[in-house]
Amino acid sequence: MEAVLFQVLAGLATGGIYASLALALVMIYQATHLVNFAQGEMAMFATYIAWSLINAGFGYWPAFFLTVLIAFVLGVLIERVVIRPVENAPVLAVVVVFIGLLVILNSVAGWIFTYTIKSFPSPFPAAIGIRYMSPHQMGALLVTLVVLALLYVFFRFTPLGLAMRAAAQNPASSRLVGIRVGWMLALGWGLAAAVGAVAGMMVAPIVYLDPNMMAGILLYAFAAALLGGIDSPGGAVVGGLVVGVLENLLGAFVIGNELKLVVALVLIVGVLLVRPSGFFGSVQVSRV
Amino acid sequence: MSRKTVTVTILLLIALACVLPFVLKSYHTFQATLVLVYAIALLGLNILTGYNGQISLGHGAFYAIGAYCAAILMDQAGLPYWATIPIAAAVCLLVGFLFGLPALRLEGLYLALATFALAVSMPPILKSHLLEKWTGGVQGIVIVKPDPPAFLGAAGIKLNADQWLYFFSLAVAIVLFIVGWNLISGRIGRALVAIRDHHTAAEAMGIHTALYKSLAFGVSAMYTGVAGALGAIAVQFVAPDSFNVFLSITFLVGIVVGGLASLPGALYGALFIQFVPNIADELSKAAPWAVFGVFLIGFVYLMPTGVAGAVRTLRRRLGSGKLFPLSKEEALP
Amino acid sequence: MSALLEVSGLHASYGATRVLHGMEFRLEERSITALLGANGAGKTTTLRALCGMVRTEGEVRFGGRRIDGWRTEDIVRLGIAHVPDGRGTFLHLTTEENLRLGAYTRKDRPAVAADLERVYGYFPRLKERARQQAGTLSGGEQQMLAVSRALMLRPKLMLLDEPSFGLAPLVVRELFSILRTINAESGVALMLVEQNAAMALDLAERAYVLETGRVVLAGSAGDIKSDDAVRRAYLGY
Repeated sequence: MEAVLFQVLAGLATGGIYASLALALVMIYQATHLVNFAQGEMAMFATYIAWSLINAGFGYWPAFFLTVLIAFVLGVLIERVVIRPVENAPVLAVVVVFIGLLVILNSVAGWIFTYTIKSFPSPFPAAIGIRYMSPHQMGALLVTLVVLALLYVFFRFTPLGLAMRAAAQNPASSRLVGIRVGWMLALGWGLAAAVGAVAGMMVAPIVYLDPNMMAGILLYAFAAALLGGIDSPGGAVVGGLVVGVLENLLGAFVIGNELKLVVALVLIVGVLLVRPSGFFGSVQVSRV
Repeated sequence: MSRKTVTVTILLLIALACVLPFVLKSYHTFQATLVLVYAIALLGLNILTGYNGQISLGHGAFYAIGAYCAAILMDQAGLPYWATIPIAAAVCLLVGFLFGLPALRLEGLYLALATFALAVSMPPILKSHLLEKWTGGVQGIVIVKPDPPAFLGAAGIKLNADQWLYFFSLAVAIVLFIVGWNLISGRIGRALVAIRDHHTAAEAMGIHTALYKSLAFGVSAMYTGVAGALGAIAVQFVAPDSFNVFLSITFLVGIVVGGLASLPGALYGALFIQFVPNIADELSKAAPWAVFGVFLIGFVYLMPTGVAGAVRTLRRRLGSGKLFPLSKEEALP
Repeated sequence: MSALLEVSGLHASYGATRVLHGMEFRLEERSITALLGANGAGKTTTLRALCGMVRTEGEVRFGGRRIDGWRTEDIVRLGIAHVPDGRGTFLHLTTEENLRLGAYTRKDRPAVAADLERVYGYFPRLKERARQQAGTLSGGEQQMLAVSRALMLRPKLMLLDEPSFGLAPLVVRELFSILRTINAESGVALMLVEQNAAMALDLAERAYVLETGRVVLAGSAGDIKSDDAVRRAYLGY
């Protein structure tokens, strides 16, 4: 019984990280109807920036917040420069651009920071650990919850958040009330990049920092986003936690740790075939 | 360009290809073999993604299946190398078709996502203890390089193993390209393109879209699987980490740069993905992928029809006598 | 006095197809104008052209300033509110969120709050449904919401594209009477595009009749209404 509890709580902690990345994916999907294949690499790159800052002498939390800011700016830039030209292009072109972005970020990270695995610090004091959760797991879960709460407040209660929601749902009407839709998109990318950076910094102490660290995590995040509903932020959160717990339970008791990633594959294919709108997403009816 | 010119060009190319192994060093012959292998793989991917519009980011998986088929059959069943090719083809045809069935329900982005997931999951599956008995787990399987067949020696033709493998792959490639060309330029090819360009209209015209799409998946997987088998024999080694998501992305780069929905595109793409990393490697370990990424994005913006498309446009302009067209009508490809 | 809106030589195209041919008209401040004509005459396109939503050539002057070629978001900031055909409601947001979006470009928070109350005063049913998802409102209520959202801009000019579309006659009557009140109380100029010529002519002071992208008739609403030949020829009744 204790073993199950360990796995469930550990699952919630990693699930929180999946939820953050899934939320970033959903934010971009809501605004653009596109899946950002490069989300994981953007998060990884941001984590390397944090590592560089810490190595240069910055304290953890100053480096953390500076990284979040830098990630935000980079996200905005990427949208304006790389994504904007292909916004209305055919799906294949967009997918190719995303993959190109993925590959460039991955290789530049490897170039600048080398492929040697590095360790990344965890800022959480031993005191916050409990019997079933390590200090870092506890801390990561708390950070995730704080980020989610902030995002919720931002989108629900601020005028800018409202404008971003409007621009994502109905760009034409948004222009009619004076919203600059293009900039809302860029902001969405910036926020998604910032959230991804947080996810990266939370996961790096666990899986160690290396350019390929996010590929598997991205897959879990995809599974989480699809499970919850690709256009539902709340769903992404629930999906993330469910995937995290499921991954741990199945990995520990059923299929063994090495095949854990297959859980993500099965979830992704399963959800897409059985219920593409996930649990909380809206069913898309496309006109023929 | 007249049919006669095309045929002559192709015959010249084949002649050139036959001469190559005698003027190149062994290692370069090996690289040339890989170009042929990749060309077959890219033709496979192009049938599915270029001509039929189904986006696959997971073709590395079919390459892996073909490769492991060849390796397992040679290593454990003692089959001769040439027998593994048709078996790998059949297995991948079936697997691809079976994959194509659920894929029918997935459109564009979602299919890309599902195949991406498949590609990322491939190495863990190949490494897993459950399959270790056959796959050799993390260490993989080593393959013995096949010798040239006895009858050649008897006829007095002396080839080393690399040269023989090259000719073997060349023969397979020529056959597959001819089959592919027949497929594409006939009714089936037109149906595939119709499905890509306007799914509903194709359906309304009586094209059995489900069947064609699944078949496209199957045939595409078959081509890439055969390439995988040949590749495994050439490299003499299969191991899980060679078949990760970056292999699938390499194939994507190949068809984007070479040219979507184009037969010669498969060859241009193969040349690109074989030799560019070699050159870029001089700069840094990471450089090849940075180059690939830049080319991916660059080609989407600047040359969406790939090298093949650029060649087509150039030929047309030269054919019309003007390199730089004067009027808009002349500029239309 | 220079007109609020002056249009001269306005052409508009969708792609390569020209739809409006050299339109000319003007609106005065605080006026109510009707733009009439059969289906396909170019009425909706005219409103879109004014808002920078289609490609145009020619001159459009708002308060003396040229706005042709401007982007929609910038034209809105000058005080032109467009109520599009189909209403353009943000279906997944609440009624009140829709209204607040109308005031997105405004900086004067207390005045916005006052305007919100005023709008609820015109349309009490919107206040009842303030926290409801806008997509669940009836057609008539969504039209009221669309008009109110436009009002929240505190516009100088409001463009309405077929406000009566799909609404029961009683509802239309109620809506139009409120429009008249709004015009009288806050001085917003109104430009209505309508297929329902009779009701539009009752509300408007001036009217322009379009046919295949050109203004073929201009005059006071009263004159046009009372001219039987004109009515039968251009307005079908």
